[in-house]
Amino acid sequence: MIISCNGRERHLQAGTTVTGLLAELQLNPQTVVVECNKTIIDPKEYDALVLPEDAQVELIRFVGGG
Amino acid sequence: MLKIADKTFRSRLFGGTGKFSSSAVMNEALASSGAEMVTVALRRVDLEDPDDDIMSVLDRERYWFLPNTAGARNAEEAIRLAHLARAVGGTNWLKLEVTPDPRTLLPDPVETLKATEILVKEGFIVLPYMNADPILSLRLQDAGAATVMPLGAPIGTNQGILMRSMIEIIIEQAQVPVVVDAGLGAPSHAAAAMEMGADAVLVNTAIAVAGDPVAMGRAFGLAVEAGRMAYEAVLGASGKHAAPSSPEVGLEFLK
Repeated sequence: MIISCNGRERHLQAGTTVTGLLAELQLNPQTVVVECNKTIIDPKEYDALVLPEDAQVELIRFVGGG
Repeated sequence: MLKIADKTFRSRLFGGTGKFSSSAVMNEALASSGAEMVTVALRRVDLEDPDDDIMSVLDRERYWFLPNTAGARNAEEAIRLAHLARAVGGTNWLKLEVTPDPRTLLPDPVETLKATEILVKEGFIVLPYMNADPILSLRLQDAGAATVMPLGAPIGTNQGILMRSMIEIIIEQAQVPVVVDAGLGAPSHAAAAMEMGADAVLVNTAIAVAGDPVAMGRAFGLAVEAGRMAYEAVLGASGKHAAPSSPEVGLEFLK
């Protein structure tokens, strides 16, 4: 299955959840926000939410800025 | 004490977290500046470097996070960033920035006002970055902005307070705190803003790119304190002609 993650194509096993994706990317779920198809995903749904084919996923976090 | 919405701050210097050469330098410079509120931006996670994470570097017990919407070109993008900031940071405080032109990074007044109106209704504490326009300042205040943040000069230019007379009018009229943001390049600029009666200043570039950011952080911290103290002490009037500071009487013996 292919999704777009931060603007780049990514191959995932069918059935991958948000939790699964974050684990694969070694990201601490507490420091990122996940947008799927422009909707912010509630962290409570990470375990259950299976990413759909062609999902546009954005992983956003705080960075230095003024 | 500075009060914004329901929160009080001892320091009237807000720090930025961009452009530092390393996290260690940033932390030391912020500590030496005395800042309690710091701005952060939102960007895509760098998937090549997943450990590069400012949340693991900055102590949230010590600093009040003020996420910005830098990069937003219109109200819609700013609102999207605001929602992301709330989701990742658990805060409804927001430095609203809408800058359609990357060359000048000047704030769009129409889109800024529009976004302020919407975000205030959604429960955000909105601190809008704005041009030094006294009428816009009143409009933002009426829309429920928690502060107004007029620019001294364009972002990152270190030019100081180019908009002095307009900022003076803004301060005179404001019912909410006035934070001079952007363009302050030297501690003397920050002190001048505070002497004029600004409630706070926000400084990023001038500290981050200094030869010694840690010493510059402290210099800005001291300047902000000195400027505020001078404002509270009430400055003497300035005039065009000389006025002797030594007595004019008792000089008859020279004649």
